[in-house]
Amino acid sequence: MTIGDLVLKVRSKNAGPFWVTIDVFCDRPDVFQRLSQGLATERVAVLFQVAPDQLKRFDIADLRVIKFSLPRPVVQGSAADRDMHGAQYAALLEELTID
Amino acid sequence: MTTRVLVPSGVLGLGFDRKALARGVAMSPDIICIDGGSTDSGPFSLGAGQSKYSRAATKSEWRALMQARAEAGVPLVIGTAGTCGTDSTVDWMYDVTVELARELGQDLRIARLYSSQPVTRVAEALASGRVTPLPPAPEIRLDDLTNIVALAGAEQIQAALATGADIVIAGRTTDTATIAALPLSRGDAAGGVWHGAKIGECGALCSTNPTSGVIMVDFDDTGFTVEPLAEGARCTPHSVSAHMLYENSDPFRLYEPGGYLDVTGARYTALDDRRVRVEGSAWVPGPYTVKLEGARIAGYQTTILAILRNAHYARNAQAWVDRLTSFLQSEILTRMELAPEDYGLEFRLIGVNGALGVLETRSGDPVEVGVLGIITAKTQAEAAEIGKLINPFVLHYPLTDDEELPTFAFPYSPATTDRGALYEFALNHVMALDDPMSAFRIETTHIRSEVPA
Repeated sequence: MTIGDLVLKVRSKNAGPFWVTIDVFCDRPDVFQRLSQGLATERVAVLFQVAPDQLKRFDIADLRVIKFSLPRPVVQGSAADRDMHGAQYAALLEELTID
Repeated sequence: MTTRVLVPSGVLGLGFDRKALARGVAMSPDIICIDGGSTDSGPFSLGAGQSKYSRAATKSEWRALMQARAEAGVPLVIGTAGTCGTDSTVDWMYDVTVELARELGQDLRIARLYSSQPVTRVAEALASGRVTPLPPAPEIRLDDLTNIVALAGAEQIQAALATGADIVIAGRTTDTATIAALPLSRGDAAGGVWHGAKIGECGALCSTNPTSGVIMVDFDDTGFTVEPLAEGARCTPHSVSAHMLYENSDPFRLYEPGGYLDVTGARYTALDDRRVRVEGSAWVPGPYTVKLEGARIAGYQTTILAILRNAHYARNAQAWVDRLTSFLQSEILTRMELAPEDYGLEFRLIGVNGALGVLETRSGDPVEVGVLGIITAKTQAEAAEIGKLINPFVLHYPLTDDEELPTFAFPYSPATTDRGALYEFALNHVMALDDPMSAFRIETTHIRSEVPA
C-alpha cells in the first residue's frame, strides 16, 4: 500500500527559491496516527537524497497533517532544475509504500 | 480599533470574482490590498526586471480595483508590483496606473515605494557585518547581479500611506506587509495582524473556493476575523489554519522585518458557516532586518526537442543519450575547440524521468520518449552554434555502430530554439537596518485628469 492510497492529498511546493515543503493531508485521525508513527523520517530523507538533519518534520495532530521541509535538491530555476514550482516532488512521497 | 482590509485576490493578474469585489466595497473597507508578485515562477522576472503577467491582464484587473478604490474612497495598495518589485516594474505599474487614471478621469495621489538596492549599499553592509546568510545561502558575489531588491515590511508601506496617497505602488515587499501596515499603525494586536495578513495574502486560498479571490479580514485588539466574499465560499477553522502550511517551510513561524510571528498558541473558531475568528497568535520583536533577493545571468541557452517513438530507441533512451553525449562532446571539441567544462549539454528524457531526474523511483515502458536537449553557453551565439552543430546527430545518431541511421521526430523547424539568458537566484540573505527607510525611497505624484465627457 502506498501513502497516496491512504491519505487525502500529498502536496509539494517551493517555500522560497531555496526550500521545498511537502504536506501530507491525512484527513482521518487514524491515518494520521498510522503515518505519524509508521513513517520514518530517515525513509523520507533517503527518498529526497537529503541528510536527515536537513529535513524538518512537523506532525500536526490538529490538522491531521505531516509536513516535511527540505533544502531544494537543486536551487529553483538553476540550470539543473527540472521543476520550477517544486510541485512534482510530492509524487515521490505519494508513491512510497507503507506497512 | 477595528481595521477592515479587503483583499481582492492572491495576486494581480490571476483574476477575481467581480461580484464578490462589489460586495466587499459595499462593506466599507478601510483599505484595499493586493499582492503583485512572488519568486514562485523562477528567477527570470527579477533577473530581467520584467513582469511575468501580461500588461493587458494587469490593466484590466487594475482598472476594476481603481474603480473599487474610487467608490470605497480608501487607499489601494499593491505590493511587489510587476512580479519581482524592481524599480523597473514599479515604473511599469505606474505607467499602467497613469494611463488608467486618464481613461477613468480620476484625480489621484500616487506614492511609489522603491525597493531596488544599489550594489554599493549591499557591499557596504556586507563589509560592516550587516548582511547575514540564511541556510542554505549561496556564496555571496555581488559584482555581476542584474538586480537586487530588499523586501519591505509594514513600516515602509506605512510611510507611503502617510503621504496621503490614494494608491501605493510598492516594489518588493513581504507577502504580508501591505495587509499588515494599516492595522498595525492603528494599534491592532500585532500577533493577530501578522497572522491575519499571512492568512489573507493569497486571497481566497484560505477558503473552500480558492479561485474566487476576494476575502475580507477584520483586525482588532485581540485577533482577526476572516470572511470569503464569493457566493458559496466558506472559511472553516481547518481551511484557515491549513493555510499556514502553504509555501512556508515552518508552519508555526513567519519571519518579517523586525521580528517573527508565532502561531503556536493560535485558536481558530467558526463564527458561523463561513467566517472564522482567530486569537492567541504572538508577535515576537527582534532585530530590524530585511531579506534580500538577487539574480544574475548564469549563461545563455538553446534547446532542441526530439521524440523517440521507435520502440527499440524508446526502450534504450538513456543508453542512446549517453552514447550521443560522449560523441557530441568530442565533435564540439574538434569543431569548436570547446571542452565539456566550457559549456553545458544535457538531455532530459520526458516520459522516463523528465521531472525528477535522479530522484525518480518508478520505471516503465514508455510509448515514446521526448528528448529535451538543453545547451548552456557563455553567449547566445555560442549556444546557437552548438545547437546547429548537434542538430543532425540528435536527428540521426544510431544506438550502435552496426545499425541503420534512425530518423526521429522533430516537432518543428528549425529544430533548435534560442531561449535567451538563463538567470539564477543569487542571494538568500538578510540585511540589518537602523532606520527602516534607509534602504527604500518614496516618490509621490498627483495625477489630475479631466473627467471624460
